[in-house]
Amino acid sequence: MMKIGVLVFPGSNCDHDCEHVFQDVLGQQALMIWHKETTVSGLDAIVIPGGFSYGDYLRTGAIARFSPVMNAVKEFAQNGGLVLGICNGFQILLEAGLLPGAMLRNRSLHFVCRDVHVRVENAATPFTGACRPGQVLKIPVAHAEGNYYTDPVTLAGLQANAQVVLRYCTPEGKVTPEANPNGSLDNIAGIRNAEGNVLGMMPHPERSAEELLRNQDGRLILTSMIESLKKRPLKMVGA
Amino acid sequence: MKAKIHVTLKQGILDPQGKAIEHALDSLGFKNAANVRVGKYMELDVKETDKTKAEAQVKSMCEKLLANTIIEEYRYELT
Repeated sequence: MMKIGVLVFPGSNCDHDCEHVFQDVLGQQALMIWHKETTVSGLDAIVIPGGFSYGDYLRTGAIARFSPVMNAVKEFAQNGGLVLGICNGFQILLEAGLLPGAMLRNRSLHFVCRDVHVRVENAATPFTGACRPGQVLKIPVAHAEGNYYTDPVTLAGLQANAQVVLRYCTPEGKVTPEANPNGSLDNIAGIRNAEGNVLGMMPHPERSAEELLRNQDGRLILTSMIESLKKRPLKMVGA
Repeated sequence: MKAKIHVTLKQGILDPQGKAIEHALDSLGFKNAANVRVGKYMELDVKETDKTKAEAQVKSMCEKLLANTIIEEYRYELT
């Protein structure tokens, strides 16, 4: 059984959804990690959940990255630990510099809360190993700042290194401007770091991971993580 | 010293709020309004009397927290 740490900031609101899915649906152990913690020892993976940490004051994720736990998360990531940031978690990873780029307001200015389709552009990551290359997943988004931006040089690097893991697409898998819910560059819905052990994504896999909700596409992301952890020769020692 | 800090999106980066305001101004009849950019204004006191030292601190605050320099630019005045 894997130990999945779920970070909790003031204003996180998808923390219990993540806990529920990892624990009750996927049979793993989920531990809630309060943001004041300074160590994350003994964990196999860390999830930074969605929500509105610190009320999105200043910029989304801008204050959360200074929480004491983030130093431990950085160390965990530097040692190869798996870190998944979902929605606000993705925004925090960007502000913390664990992933490149920044989030702008959605092009429409609206908070977008609906199912979207994303295409798996790289199925050889610890977060997508259970997916087929090019597979289309239906996963809900719920955000006002998901308009991913980075400079052209960084974007070219992301594309060249297969760091763009998920892109918004039509149900048929076509990447079009119309399928992009927020105006993000290159229809980016999720990126990984160069080392491949940190993924940030705007859609919420924990909200589409059980039969009761009639959509289990997001479950593939979470089971990929667990499967990849099982294949690791050595148990990760947390920071 | 008092620092007055303005943070705005860099030129060339789409400002959806600015665009929406521009459209609203246009429909109000302000046909001459163009290139609306929305930003943040912050004021803070720096416990420092030396202007050079205060400036270095404010610059550091902007770089580290108050602006995200990937998408935003900042300017400030110290009095």
